[in-house]
Amino acid sequence: MTQLITPQAHLRSEDINVWFGERHVLSDVNLTFPENQVTALIGPSGCGKSTFIRTLNRMHELIPGAGLSGAVLLDGQDIYGDGVNPVDVRIKIGMVFQKPNPFPTMSIKENILSGLKLSGRKVTNADELVETSLRRASIWNEVKDRLNEPAISLSGGQQQRLCIARSLAMEPQVLLMDEPCSALDPGSTRRIEETIEEISESMTIVIVTHNMQQAQRVSQQTAFFLAEDGNPGTVVEFGATEDVFNRPIDPRTNDYVNGHFG
Amino acid sequence: MPVETKPAPQRRRLTVKPTLLGDRIFFGITTGTAYFSIVLVVLVLIFLMIRAWPAFQHEGIGFITGSKWDDSVQPMIMQIFPMLYGSILLAILGVILAVPMAIALAYLIEFLAPKPIARVVTLLVDLLAALPSVVIGLWGLFVFSPVAEGWAKLLNHYLGWLPLFANTSGNFSRSPFIAGWIVAVMIVPIITSVTREIFSQMDRDLINAAKALGGSMASTFTKVILPTASGGIVGGTLLGLGRALGETVAIFFVLNLSFDINWADLTEARGGSIASMILGKLGNASDYERSGLMAAGVVLFITTLLINFLAGYIVNRAQPWRK
Repeated sequence: MTQLITPQAHLRSEDINVWFGERHVLSDVNLTFPENQVTALIGPSGCGKSTFIRTLNRMHELIPGAGLSGAVLLDGQDIYGDGVNPVDVRIKIGMVFQKPNPFPTMSIKENILSGLKLSGRKVTNADELVETSLRRASIWNEVKDRLNEPAISLSGGQQQRLCIARSLAMEPQVLLMDEPCSALDPGSTRRIEETIEEISESMTIVIVTHNMQQAQRVSQQTAFFLAEDGNPGTVVEFGATEDVFNRPIDPRTNDYVNGHFG
Repeated sequence: MPVETKPAPQRRRLTVKPTLLGDRIFFGITTGTAYFSIVLVVLVLIFLMIRAWPAFQHEGIGFITGSKWDDSVQPMIMQIFPMLYGSILLAILGVILAVPMAIALAYLIEFLAPKPIARVVTLLVDLLAALPSVVIGLWGLFVFSPVAEGWAKLLNHYLGWLPLFANTSGNFSRSPFIAGWIVAVMIVPIITSVTREIFSQMDRDLINAAKALGGSMASTFTKVILPTASGGIVGGTLLGLGRALGETVAIFFVLNLSFDINWADLTEARGGSIASMILGKLGNASDYERSGLMAAGVVLFITTLLINFLAGYIVNRAQPWRK
């Protein structure tokens, strides 16, 4: 396994191991996520990449029976450290899910402001925040005249961009995306990729994807996860995206990125 | 040249009814049973109406708006407004007390408790639903009433300046306050079970989204879970309300029925309940009085039916995203 040498590690996982009950599902994951870069996590289903991304904002611990060892450092501080409130971690490290999940009882505008209300923070200049967030997720022009309509009146692709905007409204330092385009059509996928490119200028992004082309289009570095024959998942190869796809070191990486298995 | 018109397309016959013998028998039995339940409800209503007619005819609209029941005159006067009002008051009281309990229980079972504990709690709540009304009535009379009287006195002592808790007679037993608690105990299971069902069907991704946005346990509950589940909870509540209106024996044990209407003095020993009144008077009623009791039954029947329709309507309307 190769380690990428990076100037500034914004987010770092150190020897992350994960268990569900007695089952060891992830072993010794050491990854470094540099500031304002996009990192793609790829690998076949069941290799633990979605599990791993959930350890990065402490969503993992909401699953009953979940266990963890190791550390996740944000700007050098362990997010699992003593006295660290998981709620504060999730405010700094936002998340977008596989299936668009806007709150069905809320309007488009209320969805954008929902994070602030949920975390009990004061909403000042709400209109401005709504507009900036929607603009950054490049959905403003489509919804600006219907901000008070229910969020579920939007199409699937629009709902997903709304969910991105909802996360951006919290001004997170890191955005985690768990297969954000897997339920979307190619047009919506392309627009979300453009959004990723734009917002990565100001935040660190980690994206899980099953789409090889997507990984190559949006990311600067890629980690390949694999779980072999009942062993826990682990990182087989980690490096610059171009290297992982064009000059992979491990033969298993080569097989996977060329579609020979998975 | 004559214009040739294309003949209208001929529709084919499509098979919509079952063709196999076994399917036909099954179809016949299920539709028959379904219609029979409707017929039964209509027949009950017709029977009640026929028996109740003399009272309705004689009392007119006064039967439900008046407040006098007097068998010392001929023909006797039968007006049930205090009972109708009392039934509704008890149902509302019961719902106000039961809904927070039921939501808390459902939340505990679905989201907080480890599986074995959740299973035990579910079992206990379902067991509560299976207790016969008369058992709850006896418990209410001998065990609960003395305790609840203490609560009523406490409320009166500290909040007596509120009209709700004023008590001029000094008698705190057999009051709507106590009966309301008994109703609550009896409808908690149904509301809990509906709410639990709604919670369990909730998209876990919504809860995860709320948590990922920095939601705490409390804010996730009040801002996401509760609003999303509200339609179902209202439906369950109205089902409970329907049941509360018909509650008979248990209330008979713990409430002093009075035609001197009690608007909102919850701790006074006067109250009303149509079902309990029917139970109390049926034993030694004359033929004419009996028709009055049947008429009271019709009123209760229709009130309950209206509430059930309302429940269905609200549940459908309150969750547009389910369509």
